[in-house]
Amino acid sequence: MRPIANTRSSAGMPTGRLAVWWVVASEIVIFGGLLASYVMQRLAHPEWTTQTAVTNVWIGGFNTFVLLTSSLSAVLAHQAAEHGDGKKAAKLLYYTCGGAVTFICVKAFEWTTEIGHGYTLSSNTFWSFYYTAAGIHALHVIGGGIIMLFVAADAKKNLELHRVELIGIYWHFVDIVWIFLFPLLYIAK
Amino acid sequence: MADHAATAHEHPNYVKIWAILLGLLCISIAGPFLGIKVVTLITAFGIAIVKAYMVAKNFMHLNIERQYVVYLILTMLVFVLLFFAGTSPDVMKWQGDNWVKPKVEQASSHVTHHDAAHHAE
Repeated sequence: MRPIANTRSSAGMPTGRLAVWWVVASEIVIFGGLLASYVMQRLAHPEWTTQTAVTNVWIGGFNTFVLLTSSLSAVLAHQAAEHGDGKKAAKLLYYTCGGAVTFICVKAFEWTTEIGHGYTLSSNTFWSFYYTAAGIHALHVIGGGIIMLFVAADAKKNLELHRVELIGIYWHFVDIVWIFLFPLLYIAK
Repeated sequence: MADHAATAHEHPNYVKIWAILLGLLCISIAGPFLGIKVVTLITAFGIAIVKAYMVAKNFMHLNIERQYVVYLILTMLVFVLLFFAGTSPDVMKWQGDNWVKPKVEQASSHVTHHDAAHHAE
């Protein structure tokens, strides 16, 4: 069996994990800045209520369910990898990828409906924020899903199992971003 | 294999944590139906913070991660708060000491002209 963590380490942890934490730290500032900008604009513009009322809380809620569930399979994959069960880890990572695909399909349906009703990126500042924040998040979902396919392909052969944990940390962060996007864009109307 | 030993740890019941997260999601969706603004804010953002904490602690394993990682994450959050504190007055206020937003100035001058014309009549 290959070791679960790589042999290189710095600052008291495997370099790969340290790198992922740096990515997460950088992403906090990116998403944090965007969401903080949205919050201050939203508070300054109570008239946006007419626009925020359009977003569908059930679609947003369903996508939250999908991401939380995909996070569960990601962490179970990590657990399986720790036990050296690469095949099980790969299977669970594929479930997580399924969650990513579901999330994007729902998002595509949602956006198609909204754009069809005339709510586009340039309709007003609320919709600019809406499409920018949800769009950047969706890109992270797509990117994470693609990387996960590579990690799962290796894990299936019991190779590079430490990467299961690394992609998991990233995926949970993407989940956390959505946990905040959901109330901001769908609930606080 | 020393790294393996460092990574291996007791795993909590992830399915139970997931079920709690789904319960919290249901509450955050149900909150606005009560129609009370304070309740909506608590069920939306209060619960979002709790959910994020649970995911970070149990799924990202921040509770057993090196302490400096927690400080790194907290430092980034402080940066975001600093950004908010520094820029929000410009965004959320229409005027301050020795400054006023041009758009507001135009709007108010328009109102002043309108009022003046109204009074002249």
